[in-house]
Order: sequence, then C-alpha cells, then structure tokens
Amino acid sequence: MLEIEIDGKKLTVNQGITIMDAAHTAGTHIPHFCYHKKLSIAANCRMCLVEVEKAPKPLPACATPVTDGMKVHTASPLAKKAQAGVMEFLLINHPLDCPICDQGGECQLQDLAVGYGNSSSRYQEEKRAVVGKDMGPLVSAEEMSRCIHCTRCVRFTEEIGGYQEIGMANRSEFSEILPFLGKTVNSEISGNVIDLCPVGALTSKPFRYATRAWELSRRKSVSPHDGLGSNLIVQVKQNQVMRVLPLENEDINECWIADRDRFSYEGLNSAERLQKPMIKFDGKWHETDWQTALDYVVKGLNGVANDHGKDAIGFLASPHSTTEELYLAQKLARSFGVNNIDAALRRSDKRVAAAQQGALWLGSSIVELLAAKSVLMVGSTQRQEQPLLASRLRQSVKKGMALNVIHTSDDELLTRINAKLIVSPLALVNALAQVLKAAVEIKSASTTLDLSAANVGAEARAIADSLCAAESAAIVLGNVAQHHPAFAELLSLAQEIGRVTGARFGIAAEAANSVGADIAGVNPQRGPLGKTVSAGIGVSEMLAAPRKAYVLLNSEIEADAYNSQQAVAAMKQAATVIALTAFKGEALLDYADVLLPIAPFSETAGSFVNMEGKLQPFNGVVRPLGETRPAWKVLRVLGNMLNLSGFDFNSAEDVRAELLAHGDIAAALNNQLTSVAANVVADGTLVRIGEVPMYQADAICRRAESLQKTAAAAAPVIALNPQDIAKLGLEAGQPAIVSQGEAEVRLQLVADAAVAAGAVRVAAAHPATQALGGLFEPIQIKRG
Amino acid sequence: MLSAQSLAKIDRELAKYPADQFRSAIMGALRIALVERRETGNTPEERCLNADVIEFVANYVGIPPVAAYEVATFYNMYDMKPVGKYKLTVCTNLPCALQGGVNAAHYIGEKLGIGIGETTADGKFTLLEGECMGACGDAPVLLVNNHKMCSFMTREAIDKKLAELE
Amino acid sequence: MAVFVNGVIFEGVDTAAPDCWRLEAYMARGGYQALKKILDNKIPQEDVIAEVKNSGLRGRGGAGFPTGLKWSFMPRSFPGDKYVVCNTDEGEPGTFKDRDIIVYNPHALIEGMIIAGYAMGCKAGYNYIHGEIFEAYELFEEALDEARKAGLLGQNILGTDFSFDLFAHHGYGAYICGEETALLESLEGKKGQPRFKPPFPASFGLYGKPTTINNTESFASVPFIIRDGGQKFLEAGKPNNGGTKLFSISGHVNRPGNYEIPLGTPFATLLEMAGGMKDGKKLKAVIPGGSSAPVLPGEVMMELTMDYDSISKAGSMLGSGAVIVMNEDVCMVKALERLAYFYHEESCGQCTPCREGTGWLYKVIHRIANGEGRDGDLELLESVGNNMAGRTICALADAAVFPVRSFTKHFRNEFEHLITHKKALVDHKWC
Repeated sequence: MLEIEIDGKKLTVNQGITIMDAAHTAGTHIPHFCYHKKLSIAANCRMCLVEVEKAPKPLPACATPVTDGMKVHTASPLAKKAQAGVMEFLLINHPLDCPICDQGGECQLQDLAVGYGNSSSRYQEEKRAVVGKDMGPLVSAEEMSRCIHCTRCVRFTEEIGGYQEIGMANRSEFSEILPFLGKTVNSEISGNVIDLCPVGALTSKPFRYATRAWELSRRKSVSPHDGLGSNLIVQVKQNQVMRVLPLENEDINECWIADRDRFSYEGLNSAERLQKPMIKFDGKWHETDWQTALDYVVKGLNGVANDHGKDAIGFLASPHSTTEELYLAQKLARSFGVNNIDAALRRSDKRVAAAQQGALWLGSSIVELLAAKSVLMVGSTQRQEQPLLASRLRQSVKKGMALNVIHTSDDELLTRINAKLIVSPLALVNALAQVLKAAVEIKSASTTLDLSAANVGAEARAIADSLCAAESAAIVLGNVAQHHPAFAELLSLAQEIGRVTGARFGIAAEAANSVGADIAGVNPQRGPLGKTVSAGIGVSEMLAAPRKAYVLLNSEIEADAYNSQQAVAAMKQAATVIALTAFKGEALLDYADVLLPIAPFSETAGSFVNMEGKLQPFNGVVRPLGETRPAWKVLRVLGNMLNLSGFDFNSAEDVRAELLAHGDIAAALNNQLTSVAANVVADGTLVRIGEVPMYQADAICRRAESLQKTAAAAAPVIALNPQDIAKLGLEAGQPAIVSQGEAEVRLQLVADAAVAAGAVRVAAAHPATQALGGLFEPIQIKRG
Repeated sequence: MLSAQSLAKIDRELAKYPADQFRSAIMGALRIALVERRETGNTPEERCLNADVIEFVANYVGIPPVAAYEVATFYNMYDMKPVGKYKLTVCTNLPCALQGGVNAAHYIGEKLGIGIGETTADGKFTLLEGECMGACGDAPVLLVNNHKMCSFMTREAIDKKLAELE
Repeated sequence: MAVFVNGVIFEGVDTAAPDCWRLEAYMARGGYQALKKILDNKIPQEDVIAEVKNSGLRGRGGAGFPTGLKWSFMPRSFPGDKYVVCNTDEGEPGTFKDRDIIVYNPHALIEGMIIAGYAMGCKAGYNYIHGEIFEAYELFEEALDEARKAGLLGQNILGTDFSFDLFAHHGYGAYICGEETALLESLEGKKGQPRFKPPFPASFGLYGKPTTINNTESFASVPFIIRDGGQKFLEAGKPNNGGTKLFSISGHVNRPGNYEIPLGTPFATLLEMAGGMKDGKKLKAVIPGGSSAPVLPGEVMMELTMDYDSISKAGSMLGSGAVIVMNEDVCMVKALERLAYFYHEESCGQCTPCREGTGWLYKVIHRIANGEGRDGDLELLESVGNNMAGRTICALADAAVFPVRSFTKHFRNEFEHLITHKKALVDHKWC
C-alpha cells in the first residue's frame, strides 16, 4: 500500500494504480477524453494533465502510476494552465456547430469547455474540414470534423470488439478516424463506439436529428433479447422510446450493450404494432373492442374444450415474455384444465422436460463463468446468440482463460481457441462423448455411459486436459445444443464431464426469460418453482400432433419454432389460434383468428430471469400504445372471465409475489437430469445447421429497420464446406435448392470452409427459410 | 494479386520476426507490393497502393485491413495517390535548402513543366518535396522511386539524370 | 562522400575503396577481435558493461544518456526474450552520420550489437534503418549475410554456446520513428506513435519484452571500447564527454560532411576543417545539434567547444551532432518557416498539443513570412509554444518549439520588421 496525497487529501492506495484511479477512489474528478476504464491507456488527449510535486512538468493522470509519498494537485495553477492549454488546442479545429450537433447537451467537450475554455478563440487561421465516413446503418460518421482523435473507438473495436475495424489514418493534424476503405463497421457490438465518442463525431444513425438529449427522460430497464439480461437506460420522449443506452452493471454487461439491445427499439415503434384487438371472421380481419375480443376468446376456448376436451388446447409462450406473464399464462392454462404449456419453443428434445429437476441455467454466475480457467462451449454460435457474452469471454481469454469449442461451424470468434472439435450436428454427441472418455481416462474415473463408439481424437483429448487441469472449469451449452434433437444426451454428457472433472455445467439461456419461464412453471412437466403439476405435452408434441386450439403468448411461431413447416401447418389446421401479441405480423394474420394487443417490455412492468438465475424487475417506460394492454392484465381478465379463482392481482408486483411465495429461485435452478443416457453413434446423413440469425431472434428485433440493414441481417444463403460442394457436384456462387419434407427453398450457395463436413448451413427464423422443416434434421440439396 | 516473387519476398520479411509477431512484416510487405505495382503498372493509378492491394497484403500478413491502411498512410513513402513512372522526391528541408535543395526542386519543376506535387501529363514524372533523408551532406539530394538516392544534384546533374530516365 | 579526420569508428576505413564495408576489409582492420576477445576469455557480462561504463560513452542519438548505464538497466536474468535494437532512423534535419557508418563500416555496428546482445543476454536484435536511405538498408542486409555465413551471427557464434541473430527493418518515411518507442511501435508493424513512459523499454520494449535501444554510432563505438579499453576511448575525448564524436556539418560551408573528432574541439576548428564559410560570406547563425536544438548566433558559436557541456551552457544542445551553418543571406523567418513546416508535417498526430499546435505554429509563421503577420503574433507563438512544450508523450512538441523560441529570441528584429513593414529585413537567398 502506498501513501499519497491528492489535492491535500491523504489516501492509501494499492501499488500499480494510476493517479486517475486513485482520484476516483478519492472522489476527485480529473477532466479527460481519451481515458476510459475499460480500454487500454492512450494518454493522447492530454486533458488529464495534473501537477505532481517534484515532477518537472505536468503529468497525465490516466497513465502515471502512483508512487509512495506522491503529492498530486489536480487543480493547481500549473495543472489548470495545462488543462486550459489542451482545451484550447482541442477547440481550434473543432467546428462550433453545437446547435445542430446530436451530441449537444451530452458532449464531454462542450461540458469541459465551459470549465476550461475561453469565451473567444485566439485561433484566426482556417479550420480543418474532414469528410464524413460511412460506417454502416448504425453508426453515423458524417461529421468527422468534430473528431478530437481520442481513439476510444479504435481501441474499442480492437480490444472489446475483438477485431480492429476502425483506425486512425494519416498523421499530424491530418489524422482521420475511419473504417477500411469501402468497408462498414460490422461488429455486433459496434454501437458502443457512439457512447464512447466524447464528441459528436460518431453518433447513432437511427437517432440522428430525432430530438435533443435534454428532452429525453431516462428510465431503467432490462434487455428483452438474449439471456444475458443486459441492463438498459431507455430514453423516452412524448410517450415514445427514442433511444436505448447501457446501464452499467459490472456483473452482467459492464458498461456495454450489444447492437441488438441498443437498436431493437425501432421495432417498438414499427408500423406493424397491433393497437386494437382484432377478430377474423369470414376470412377478413376486423378491429374490435376488448370486451368483444375477450368474449370471443372465452367462447373459443370453452367451445374447443367442450367439443374436443382440454387436451386439444395448447399454450405456447415466448421466452421473451415477462416472468409475470408466463406465470399467469400457466396459471390460467392449468386452472382451466390445460396441461399443455411450453416456452422452450425451439427445443426439439422432449426428453429433457421429463428428466429435468429444476430450471436449466448457466450453472454459475456470469462473473464466475468469466473467471473460470477453462471453458468448453458446446453448440454455441456465440457471437450471434449472446454477442456481449462472447465479447466478455474474449476478455477472459486475454486474462488466461482457455476457451475450448465443440461446434458445428468453425466460426471466427476473434480470440484464441485452446482446442476445438468442429463436427456435423449428428456427431455433436460423439464429440462430447470423446471428451468424457478422455476425462475418464485422465482422472481414472468411471462412467455408466457406453462410450465404446467414441474414439478420442487429439482435440478431444486437449479439451479434456484443459478441463481437468484447470482449478475452475465450466461447460456451457449454447443454442445449437439446446435446439438439438439430442439435447438430453448433450446435457447428460456435460453432467458426466462435470462430475468427472469438477467443472460446472449449464446452458447459456437463449432468451431474456428462458430461465424465468422454467421458474414460472411454463414447462409441460413442472409448475412454478418446481411445483408438481399434472403433466402435459411440450411444444414438439403439441405441433407434431396438432391441437384444435392454440394460445400464443408473444410468439410468432412460424419463426420461433424448431420446425416452422410443422408449426405453420399445425396453426392452419386449428379451429382457433388466439394470439396475445404486440405485432400483427403477416403470418399471424394468416393463421390466427383473434389478435389481442399486448404490451412489449417497454410498456409493462415485469421481470426477466437471466441465464445466471438473477431476477431483474423493471417498469414500463412508456404508456401502452393505442389500446394495447399489459399481458398480465389481459390474462387476469381472461382468468376472471373463465370463472377461474385467484386472478385478482392489482399489479405485476402482486403476480411476482405470488410466484415467489412458492419458493426460492436459487434453489429451483438445477441442471442435473434424473437419468443420463447417450447414444454416441455418429450418423453420416446430410444434416441441416439451422441457427437463428442475430436479428431474427425475437419479434421486436425482427422489426428494427436499421438492424435489418446490417451485414448480419443479409438474406440467408446455403453454406457448405467446399469439399462437400465438390462431392455433391454443386457449384458455389450459384443458386441451389434445399428441401426438407415437401418444401423446397432456392438460395445462393456459398462455399464456407468453416462449415462442418456433412452439414448444410441454412439459417432459420427468416421469412426466406420458414418453409423448411427442423433446424437440425436431414436436408436434401440439389442444383438450382 | 501479387506475383510469386513478391510473395516470396514477403515471406522472407515474415521470417525476420518471431512467429507470433508477423505484424512486424507489414511495412516490408507493403513496400514490396508497392514496388511490384510501380514496376508493372502502366498508368499513374496502377502504380500506387489501393484498397484491394492493401487488403490483400493485410490478409497475407494476417492483420486487419484497417491496421495496414493506418501504416500505409502514416509513412509517407507509400504512394497512396497516382504517381508517375518516376517519382522524384527532392529534399527541401533547411540544411538541404541551404545547399540548393529548393532551387533544385524548382529547376526540375521548370524543366518538366509541373509544380511540386504534380505529375506530367504523360504520366512519366511526379515531383515531390521531401523531408529529411539523412543525407544533408550530399545536398541537393533527390530520391528516384523511393529507393535510388542521387546526390549533389546540381543543374547539370539534374539534366543528366532526367535524360537517363527514359 | 564523407570526410573523416581520425577517431574510433572510421579508424583505418578507406571510404574511397568500394569494398571497404565488406567483412574481409573489416577483419583486416582488426574487426571482430573484440567479440573474439569476449568469447575466448568468457568475459562476464557485467565486465563488458563495466568497460562500456568506463569509456564514458554517451548515447550518440541526441539525448547523450550514458550507454553503459543504460545497458545495466536491462534485467539480465529475465527468463523470456530480450532484444537489442539499433536506431538508424536518422531523420533529424542536419544529421547524416549513421548512413556513413552503415555504408562504409557496417560490421562495426554488427559487432557492437552482437557484443551488446552478449552483455545483456539477448537472443535477437533489430536494426531499424531510415526508409529514405534504402540502398544503405540493402547493403546492411548484405553485410548481415556475410556475418551469418562467417558464423558471427546465428546459432553458436564462433563455435561457442552464445547465439544471437540480427535483422534489418526499414522505416518508410516518418521522422517520429527516430523516437525510440515510436521506433518500437513501427518495428512491431504499427504506426510510429511514441509510447507513454513508464514503462520504459528496459522493462517493456519490443513485443513487450525488455529491450535496449541505442544509436548506430553508439553501438559502432563498442568494438573499439572492448578491444582497446574504455580508458583509451575516454581519453580520446574529455571528462564526462568521452570519446570522439561524428559531427555532420551542413549548410553554408565549403565542405559539408562528417567529421569524427574528439569531443571538446572548438567550433572554430571544426568550421575550418569544413573549409570555412562558402563564398567567404559572414557566419550568421548555427544550429549546433540538429534542427530541434535551439539556434545560436554565429558570434556565440565561435566561442564554444563541441561537447555536451559547452553547448548546453550556451543554451542549446549538442544533440545528434548535426551542425547547420547559415550565412548572412538567410532570412531567419524563412528558415524557421521551413522548420515549422517540417514539424507540422511529421507530428504523429497522437497528442492534442502537438497535433494541433504544430499546425498552428506553422500557419502563424507562414503568415508572418508572407507579410501577413499581425501585432501580437510573436506573443501568440510564445504562448502556443508554452502550451505545447512538456505537455506531450514524446519530445517532438518540444523539438518544434525550441527553434521557434530561439529564432524569435536571437533574431527578433527580423520577425518584428516583417510584421510591422510586411517586408523582410534580409533579402533572402537560400544559397
């Protein structure tokens, strides 16, 4: 520990920290631009120059390590003169266009200029003009004359984004921040450079000229997209969401959010928002009032129940719904006598629900996962599924984590991979079994699983070595594993590897409330917090053996199901499809017959339980649009109209309190299956890799216009390993036809060495591919 | 994009550095690419570096293209703008100016009918002003195509040199 | 062409002979005997460093830091890679000594670097060569090949268990890479933007490993020091200013060139060696240590001796030993304008005060030189300069400010005259 003094205040600080760090602990603010706690130190803006006794010149607080006995003056005449001098230099070439600058009112340069600048300029020469740059649909770099060259954006893409997409070209005063010639910035977390830019050089393109910062109200919220549960600041004006920013939470999202979290709000203001209840009769849609619509729903449900029995009804809830909505949905269904309810809409393996003993989760906190010395990611298209978690894992790798991968595609993860096994979906189980077999050998342990068909390869051995050697290790199953028909086996194997090696194991929950859905009891076999219930059937059976009536909560089943072909067919044959939805999507209009407008996350109170089992409540940030109502209220009224008891809630908090009265969330998290099994024999059939594209993950982001213009939202293609293309006599760069069942889809064929042999990568959840069948099922391909 | 000979030269550059520090070779690799462009290009546009070449070289060396672009634009000997068959760079910094550097640059400009920073209409010569080349004792100093240094460039020497460059 | 009087590095070098740079010629001059002496006698590393300390050798790149002391900062027991790096990125206007070392005596540098590698326990070294002297770079590569073939570089040098390899890396037109941490960045394949220190290269240098960087002339002096002893080197100069030094004389003299002479030689003697003032014109001003050193009036210079202490006392610095001589026909505003343009052009663009300040200084001086000066411009220059100097990561901002301060101090009347009368006091002629 060192004794230092900042502005006369005595401090005891750790060795190795900088003056800036020390000042933070003392609550002393030192002006700065280039310094950022999560980025490397550049020390280039020079705004943080301070006086240090016995130093011959002012020193940058951000880069100068403290030494014992150091006496720092952050606001002495010398320090202030240095800071004012730097401010003058920053302003000489900065355009004074604050009145038309989007950053106005939240500009660090503007703020500090008030304190350190002069009222007039001594600079009488011509100001520099820098041409704007095109960074893509999300980040505007139109006004680069405003840039003060702090290089935060450059360092962000390189250090946090994992790949340098922005650079500072040229030198001297001709230095310019830019992406590579003709390229846009494509990082899935690119929007953070907007927050990092201390001036109005990099601004939000969708937000451009929309409003002034001081006209916005700031409300806290939680991201409704992936299972990380990033904390948000939602900014609103006149009852409309105008912008989304990160709310710092060191344990979850630090000070970042993914582009999906940031720009999806455009979907909330989409023209497809459903604003009034609608009923279809005589094949035509009619807007109606709530009472009529709810009467219609009650009549429909009672009618099907009377004519076909309650088992003919199925409830399908999106795991992007709030915990309260999910809890009430299952309460309504079960009170009414319907046991068929599920939220794991893309799960194809029904064996998991039967063997589950609790809600599936990460198996540790996010922070614990990131601190593990060895991690094995199984079946995860990380950067698409949980973009920010992927970034945080990269930071952990830099600090020494060994990251291992078993996956169906060798995607660029922008980090060092310790060992990897890239196999066809049909060989995933075998690959994981190899790791178990190797671990059993290393640890001289035993297992009841039959691993005779698993031949341990070098990579599997390396993965097992890594897991066994690490003092803390974790195995995480991603979306591909969770959607996979052999999810139960993958989970069983992870459990066994965990048992043998001591590693934690779990899943990276797909949606904002996947864990919450299990906790709330939206599971065909388990009630709220694991309460015993009469078992029903899950989504795969509800669609394979179609029901007469479906109730959809927040779901566009044509995009949310494992097998969209089957799902759409099931909807079309049903007597009634009741959709509680925020959007009137084309497919819904086709197969549903009543649409009830419910509030998206921004218009209702509720909570999400993230992948680590943390319940994060939030309030609505704007009033519900039009006649939209929060779904918990709709379900409450429906419960009453169906003459069910226990539907007298005054608030979402009441609903949550009733759920939590059943027990403790932490105690309800459990990844152990009652029995483990694994068929490790790999098959050689051509099989589909059907991942959900980043910006098709949920109904809101599907309608975010700017995200839909990004490279990541490009139309799906058929990607095959070049060897397979040759073997199958196909031609890359030409269209090809893939088919599953009756349906054929014609798309461009692309050669991609990253795709595992024997696999055909065709994205799911996209209108262009919704005619196809199961995500990881056999697929045929021919020339198109 | 680049010839086998150029790639072999880049490989030799790569071999100078530790295996995980291939990035160090980018300066040499860009220089090698530029030399090939100069030797094979038929027009001023074909003789300088462009996005395609920089991206190719960046990928070959294994660094992000924008990082290679930073390097190509930071060091001023990499030609990023169209350039004549013979790029003549005259040092006009103070020590050279005192020994005839500025006069030499003006003389060449007059002879070629171009100003500093310009290329002759036939695309043959580009005249540039340079900064210190570390050869002030030899002033006036002239670099032909970056690599060939011509010393003591009096008017007579300039006449002779220009006549040689056909 | 180079002119040498006597000394350490160029002792016995016949610069007129086309093969004087070759290994054979170097061997004939007693080359690689210092290395053999060390390897044959298994001289301990610390003894080699002590000998360099004894010599009083001070860094020849401009800063004048004692070389032996610098070597002793290297963590010799550090288990990982360590590097020696030579700075031949000579681009300080007026300096052209290192090119002559490489062109006429490259093996002295190679031998010096091998010895440095031995003394500091390094396995590899790099010589970073100024891009504009590309032919010298190619020649140095040839010299390296000669040394490799002769078993002087690579694995098990001269059959001992000492291994060391040396590579050449070229710059491509950036003055700033002469700054040692910018050089390291450039050597790593990045823009040459200086690093903030600490950490210093001795602990975090090339690729983040301990690294010692010396100037070409410093390394090239080492074989002499080891072979003939530090004492002999020290005696060649004067106390605290050991050895001989290469001075590069340019500007209005009859014989510009390099002169290797003992430190402490009077400037008047050096000027005489260089053939005196060209065309018999009057000496007006001298920049004694490269363009970044403050200019001194001719009459002041004529009283000084050429060593670190004497020049420093007069308010300038010996720097790299580049002596720029100006005669009475030079308009000092014009001269300063050219230097200001240079620093504006060469600022790396990283630190705000330098990126913005060098441009501001140049624009104001340019206006004054073109008869568009305004009242208050000189005070503005001084104030802008004060806001730049000492406020940046490296010394380029200071280097840009020193000439402004010294030119406007010693030749203020020329600036004032131009501002007031919109016309220069001196009818300027470059030469």
